[in-house]
Amino acid sequence: MELLRILLRSNRFMAGFWIVTAVLAFALLGPTLLTDVGPFQRVGGLFNPPSRDALLGTDNFGRDVFTQLMYGTRTSLYIGLVAGFVATFIGVTIGTLAGYASGVIEEALMGVTNVLITIPPIVVLILLSVAVDARTATTMGIIIGVTAWPWTARAVRAQTSSLRTREHVAIARISGVGSLEMMLVEILPYMFSYIFMAFILQLTGGILAEATLSMLGLGPFQTVSLGTLLHWSLLWESVRVGAWWAFIPATVFLSITTFSLILMNAGMDEIFNPTLRHTR
Amino acid sequence: MSDGPILAVEGLTRVFGSGRHANLAVDRVDLAIRPGEVVALIGESGSGKTTVARMLLGLLPPTEGTVRYRGVDLDTLRRREGMRSYWRNVQAVFQDPFGSLNAFYSVRRCMLNAFKLFPRRPPRAERIARVREALDIVGLDVDDMLTKHPHQLSGGQRQRVMIARALVVQPGVLIADEPTSMIDASSRAAILNILLDLRTRLGLTVMFITHDIGMAYYTSDRLFIMHLGRIVEEGPADDIIRDPQHEYTKRLLADVPTLSREWIL
Repeated sequence: MELLRILLRSNRFMAGFWIVTAVLAFALLGPTLLTDVGPFQRVGGLFNPPSRDALLGTDNFGRDVFTQLMYGTRTSLYIGLVAGFVATFIGVTIGTLAGYASGVIEEALMGVTNVLITIPPIVVLILLSVAVDARTATTMGIIIGVTAWPWTARAVRAQTSSLRTREHVAIARISGVGSLEMMLVEILPYMFSYIFMAFILQLTGGILAEATLSMLGLGPFQTVSLGTLLHWSLLWESVRVGAWWAFIPATVFLSITTFSLILMNAGMDEIFNPTLRHTR
Repeated sequence: MSDGPILAVEGLTRVFGSGRHANLAVDRVDLAIRPGEVVALIGESGSGKTTVARMLLGLLPPTEGTVRYRGVDLDTLRRREGMRSYWRNVQAVFQDPFGSLNAFYSVRRCMLNAFKLFPRRPPRAERIARVREALDIVGLDVDDMLTKHPHQLSGGQRQRVMIARALVVQPGVLIADEPTSMIDASSRAAILNILLDLRTRLGLTVMFITHDIGMAYYTSDRLFIMHLGRIVEEGPADDIIRDPQHEYTKRLLADVPTLSREWIL
């Protein structure tokens, strides 16, 4: 409760929180409240400039950019969430196991992790995306997640191997607490704040990775995402023909979303690391 | 069997690291504790006393040497019955009452944890009864205490909870690693008296691990003086205080403030 109060007083966290909330509202409520056309419905011609009928003009297919932006943000956030969950789950599981086990198991798990870190994730991402046929938003999120966990695993391992030497862990051990329960009950709760922050960073990374892949043409099929919007605007040379409405809005939304998530993260850092707190 | 030591170590050695960075923390330590005895292992920071405690508890494997409980090697015991049976008999209280309790759970949950040591847990009513009894022994207000979380307790209260937790399983030996060094002076005597009281009331064997030779003298029958990983002197508390043999023991005694030297002698 104390933490929550400080959190609510942190300007950074609250600024980030409100922007994220606004973006979420736009993506989730927008389609019902702000528009009456579908994401794939043609409302005009090739790159119509913004007008009363289409607030942000039309794209290369003659579809309403403003509407696409809502659906696109929704998809991007969803992919980011899936990727964030997958990456955080794998990273925390491997990190906790390695940090707690020590010895051969730790060496093996961290060996694999370190090898994966040296491979540029974009290469793995592209190969996986090409290899997987069914490219839905969910599979994309999973693909991004399974390539993003190693950093989280390293950080969590470091925290776990420090936590396992704490006295409460020794007390739990001589109370007969077994290994699985030890990790779940005695060690994980002490990392919740860190894990939550790592999750937000993974979510941010997931949104950006989706944009990267989709711009390369490896995005989800039959779906609008911020990345696919940029993909089509590039393919149809919107920059050269001066159709700024085709790529600026998606870029701005991508930036705002990731910036506000990182802002929230920085705000939480202030809370969990009191030396960074602003004194008033 | 009953005259033999309840807990004994022989040639106990522990090396941390390896190669050029090897650090000999504990060097061929021998010691034996008889049932019902209160002993103290005395040494400064870095003398290896806490490492001995962790090996005695089976939390850290020794590099060499053995720990015997009632004459049975700890490795044999581990293989035969598992460590849980050992921890039903040998329990511990640690130095830091703020770090010993899991901050996320209530006192009741922390204490009920100890019943995991039993292959067949007693029924819940009996478990709660034993938790209440243990809290009562250490002089805590039982009804008030059970639902409290660690951050709602003072250092002295937490350390009492830790002692009560150790008592829940009714062990024969209690290893108290610096049980009072992080508690304010006013609760210190109370904690020590609770621990000493346990011997008379429950016949508990207690091993204190401390840097404070005055406290050790006040509480213990026999003292073991540890310096740079080795036991340099051992014997009845009175003999060591009156007639220290080893240079290090003399230095330790000379370092005790004058006020308490009068109190000791």
